[in-house]
Amino acid sequence: MNRSTSSRWGLRVLGLGYIAVLLIAPLILLFYKTFEEGLAPPFEAITSGDGLHALKLTLLTVAIAVPLNTIFGVICSLLLVRHKWKGNWLIDAVINLPFAISPVVIGLSLFLLYGRNGWFEPGLAEDGIKVLFSTPGIVLACIFVSVPFVVRETVPVLQEIGTEQEQAAETLGANGWQIFWRVTLPAIRWGVAYGVVLCTARVLGEFGAVSVVSGNISGETQTLPLFVEKNYENFNLPGAFGAAVLLALLALVVLMAMNLLKREEAA
Amino acid sequence: MEAHAAQSPAAPRSRPLRLPGVGAGLGRGVVVLWLSVIVLLPLAALLDKSLSEGLGHFWSQVTSPQAIQSLKLILVCSLIVVAINAVFGTIVAWLLVRDNFPGKSIVNAIIDLPFALPTIVASLILIELWGKNSPVGVDIALTRAAIVVALCFVTLPFVVRAVQPLLIEMDRDMEEAAASLGAGGFTIFRRIIFPNLLPGLAAGVALAFARALGEYGSVLLFAGGKKDTTVASILIGQQIEQGNESGAAAISIVLLAMALACLLVITLIQRWGSRHERSQVNLAANPVITGAAEEKDDQRE
Repeated sequence: MNRSTSSRWGLRVLGLGYIAVLLIAPLILLFYKTFEEGLAPPFEAITSGDGLHALKLTLLTVAIAVPLNTIFGVICSLLLVRHKWKGNWLIDAVINLPFAISPVVIGLSLFLLYGRNGWFEPGLAEDGIKVLFSTPGIVLACIFVSVPFVVRETVPVLQEIGTEQEQAAETLGANGWQIFWRVTLPAIRWGVAYGVVLCTARVLGEFGAVSVVSGNISGETQTLPLFVEKNYENFNLPGAFGAAVLLALLALVVLMAMNLLKREEAA
Repeated sequence: MEAHAAQSPAAPRSRPLRLPGVGAGLGRGVVVLWLSVIVLLPLAALLDKSLSEGLGHFWSQVTSPQAIQSLKLILVCSLIVVAINAVFGTIVAWLLVRDNFPGKSIVNAIIDLPFALPTIVASLILIELWGKNSPVGVDIALTRAAIVVALCFVTLPFVVRAVQPLLIEMDRDMEEAAASLGAGGFTIFRRIIFPNLLPGLAAGVALAFARALGEYGSVLLFAGGKKDTTVASILIGQQIEQGNESGAAAISIVLLAMALACLLVITLIQRWGSRHERSQVNLAANPVITGAAEEKDDQRE
């Protein structure tokens, strides 16, 4: 047993021990606690009226926020990489902002813009549109927090593929749309898909920003993460754990998708 | 293609690909409008609100004892967390790249768990393991230690994922040379591996720090909003509930400024890193590549 083997084992114990204690143990405990008394209590809690409504609302926000941010992300990446412009650095900086801003601060800024005495309040009230404490506010918060993901994953791929193939397609007489659909998009698809997965995970789980703008009204403006918090605070543990396990399972699906996509991208 | 460009520098540059169907101008308009409505307008409203009652009011809100305490607390906790994760994150990255052990691919996948898991769920599972019902009998819920644990959980992937690619790319020749010259494991790490990892590690640490500063969900249930465990983001939440919107906005602006400083540091590190890379490319004594790189720089400026 020489010194390098023992230091290797030391590092293994430290590194893997850290992962086990910090990440794996809590996750296992979550599943254990939830199903301690069988499948029925958490299942009933999730399929209760409020639970189902929270699930539906969460899926609705994903269905709106993710496609919008994907379209925006692809257009924006093409602009940043393929079209030199003086303002590009500013666009780039603004896209990174949501990464740096606390979710509560994002929620508060939307609250101030659309809420009572907010800039938009008079106009919105006249038209009878309710943004705050209703679905549009929740969707806006989710879009805000997930703006960067698709752009950040697509830009490096676009830079890497270069323009040779696109130029070849152009020489052969393809028009802009044909080049985009047949050449560019297939080349960047794994990068875009990876961004979409990250974006989906963030929208599914967003808590801080949504909690400020939604008002957390059960059965109305409650997303799944808010459902977890409210049930925990009301000591309805089967409800909190049931919804938490559902979100954790979705997170595991996201993890698997991330790994598959990374492998595809590398291949 | 590069060779062609080098041979005939005067040849007309081929037109860059236009956005399909729409002009670049229209696309740019859409992007700017989207970012303005989604991101910039709300932030403008935030800034407006924070200053709505004058600079003096802003200052008094930001320097109130609880505001100072919460900002100090999150700064200190974030520093501790970033230091812990810099060490353990580097060890984990090293294990994933240089070591082989059963279950390695699972460990590699699980590193991203904090990215995928909703923060409120993180809070819930941490409080179950380290709270009053702890199966191991350790109860740190609603203490400052809980803040540190929650932030460690949330920021671990930032460091690992920043260090990992650098370790994969790193040439092992230098380490072997050092070993053949009689350097021990620790000396090799300190003199060769660590300096090479530094740009990535610094960027990862800065990202983790920015994330830790604003973290809300994972701290909420686990560390709570007790008098001595209220971090800045939780205080903002409390102020909103109490209806003190301008106070919440003022603290938000300070928190935002600190996070922006972090982003700026990351940008500087990345620029420094890419310059470092380019100088290595130049060393490759390849006139074509060198010429192309310089040409690109000219365009940018």
